Amino acid sequence: MAIQNELTATLPITDPMLPRLTRVLVRRREGPETLTLELEAGAAAPAFLPGQFNMLYAFGIGEVAISMSGDPAVADRLVHTIRAVGETSTALTRLEAGDHVGVRGPFGAGWPMEAAYGCDVIVVAGGLGLAPLRPALYRILAERERYGKVVLLYGTRSPTDILYRHELERWRRRLDVQIEVTVDYANGPWHGHVGSVTTLIRRTDFDPLHGIAMVCGPETMMRVTALALKEAGLKEDAIYLSMERNMKCAIGFCGHCQFGPHFICKDGPVLRYDRLGDLLRLKEI
Amino acid sequence: MFEIVQLGEQAVITLEGLAALLFGLKRRDFRLIGPTLRDQAIVYDDIDTIADLPRGWSDEQDGGRYRLVQRGDDRLFGYAVGPQSWKHYLHPPMLSLWRAEKRERGFEIIAPDETLPRFAFLGVRACELKAIAIQDRVFLGDSFTDPHYRRRREGAFIIALNCSHAGGTCFCASMNTGPKVEAGFDLSLTELIESDVHSFLVEIGSVEGVELLAEVSSREASSEDRAQAEAVVANTAANMGRKMEADGLKELLARNLDHKRWDEVAQRCLTCANCTMVCPTCFCTSVEDASDLAGEKAERRRRWDSCFTMDFSYLHGGSVRNSPKSRYRQWMTHKLSTWFDQFGTSGCVGCGRCISWCPVGIDITEEVHAIRESEVK
Ligand SMILES: Cc1cc2nc3c(=O)[nH]c(=O)nc-3n(C[C@H](O)[C@H](O)[C@H](O)COP(=O)(O)OP(=O)(O)OC[C@H]3O[C@@H](n4cnc5c(N)ncnc54)[C@H](O)[C@@H]3O)c2cc1C
Ligand code: SF4
Ligand code: SF4
Ligand code: FES
Repeated sequence: MAIQNELTATLPITDPMLPRLTRVLVRRREGPETLTLELEAGAAAPAFLPGQFNMLYAFGIGEVAISMSGDPAVADRLVHTIRAVGETSTALTRLEAGDHVGVRGPFGAGWPMEAAYGCDVIVVAGGLGLAPLRPALYRILAERERYGKVVLLYGTRSPTDILYRHELERWRRRLDVQIEVTVDYANGPWHGHVGSVTTLIRRTDFDPLHGIAMVCGPETMMRVTALALKEAGLKEDAIYLSMERNMKCAIGFCGHCQFGPHFICKDGPVLRYDRLGDLLRLKEI
Repeated sequence: MFEIVQLGEQAVITLEGLAALLFGLKRRDFRLIGPTLRDQAIVYDDIDTIADLPRGWSDEQDGGRYRLVQRGDDRLFGYAVGPQSWKHYLHPPMLSLWRAEKRERGFEIIAPDETLPRFAFLGVRACELKAIAIQDRVFLGDSFTDPHYRRRREGAFIIALNCSHAGGTCFCASMNTGPKVEAGFDLSLTELIESDVHSFLVEIGSVEGVELLAEVSSREASSEDRAQAEAVVANTAANMGRKMEADGLKELLARNLDHKRWDEVAQRCLTCANCTMVCPTCFCTSVEDASDLAGEKAERRRRWDSCFTMDFSYLHGGSVRNSPKSRYRQWMTHKLSTWFDQFGTSGCVGCGRCISWCPVGIDITEEVHAIRESEVK
């Protein structure tokens, strides 16, 4: 009889919840509570798209979503910038070179790198929001001729919170990219802008009809930024936001990341503003 | 004994025939699960023979109310759905995903090695088959497959049941999800009691079903048998305790996210999460670490979670959905509106469990009605 009486774990399906084990190669301090970890990518690590994220597991503590923040052209390591805000993120920032970490990913939909070909690109980052945007910047600079004008507007709390300072300084010396950094308040010597990124948008010159914006930061910052970009003439379907919601699986199973009809983990995290607009205006969605 | 050769064919078996069917499944080492009486409710649990079924029992259900009553006849399946659904077995409330053990430098990840018996489910209603199909789309339908769900689901042998009793909170007829079982079963039963003759009309839905039924004494269904079975289902459909006005539901809720009714229902909702636990389609989970005291061993566990808890939408600094209003709205708009965007169907199959098991009797059909009414006026 064709009845098979036991199903065993030998079925040829891998569990997408099972992490790969990898090691910390480099640990670098970025700011007061923020560190960058470079992890060994290993042969099993798939290539990633700018804007995607990994789930990082700290032994015995938990697993959290952390954006890819390295150069997508560099295949041998996974670069993650982590701010210690709670249990798991703190445990991750305490890892030393040689320590183990569990990795699943990359997950999610990334930035519209191809849709932006031929366009002016306005990159707007708030605080740690620069981390998921950095891979997009690496990609743009590697294929600079494919894009129009390129502007990075980066707002952060104070000068000591500025992420990737050396890189920003190096990029700033290039003549083909405009970089503006603004802080909420200046502690120590600071000659740059003070104030919100939205005021920088008003001062920035770009072609709104052939422009595309990539925005990541706290939700309120993204809401006002999107409005400022619209005022500057950008269409709603040319504005992309990277959303954040509680995540427990990153593969559409746990339900935690829902935002209206969207699963932020698989439909996002990067979503087009015209698909979000109404929901962003409502509270507690 | 007449010979069954085709899928879709119908036969009639007696009580002894049903007993023999169950015996055939046990003999093949299936883990047989069916309705039983426990804690004053009908729940799905391990059974051995038809003696374990709630013979002669029925239920009275209404908003916030579930009570067992004696039927005064010998029906084995004369009740509606209870607090539990098949998701307890296909998508268990708690599941160990993997373990990790500390090593000299770092740790090791250990995948589970589970050996599972095949399930045989007895008495799966039309709405429940639809609910299983809905969870299939969640766990098997997209770019990722849940191997835990798949293993349980793929091997399951399903004996479906056409309902003979409409519960006080049932509304499958208006959701187009029942009470007639249509597809997705190995065998389906309609229980017939006619002047002291107790029998079952069996429809065959799979080759495995053919094989099993072939071992049992049966006779070909006559046109009277078929007519009787149809009358049972028609009578159930005509006696639904509730009705959902399902037309344009997706759009209705999508355009009423700031309707004042959400504030009103939030006055009553206790955010106890009962509705999500009893709902056969609700699939949300949380994943957490459990570690031993020495910190040497850790286990990743997945357990049912609910959008009614504060933790569910927690982001460092606070929850996105702080108010009961936003949490009730999330639940109901997910079931009836955004589910269509995500999976192409309604997330509600009209089983009525969330109405019966809500401690304050909040009724999803009534909430829809209230929003619809106030919109028209
Ligand atoms: C797509 C995406 C990309 C992210 N990229 C980065 C990054 O590059 N760097 C970085 O430092 N942080 C990033 N975060 C935020 C990071 O996931 C949270 O800071 C982290 O989950 C906090 O966990 P915790 O256990 O330390 O904090 P706790 O406050 O103890 O949180 C408890 C649990 O709630 C959930 N949770 C809490 N806050 C968040 C949150 N903001 N997002 C998702 N789940 C949350 C987690 O499951 C967490 O374990 C990202 C979040 C998302 C959704
Ligand atoms: S929402 Fe209520 S009626 Fe609909 S399937 Fe879930 S429990 Fe049943
Ligand atoms: S609707 Fe009823 S069952 Fe659901 S959370 Fe509110 S009080 Fe609990
Ligand atoms: S994070 Fe689990 S569904 Fe998106």
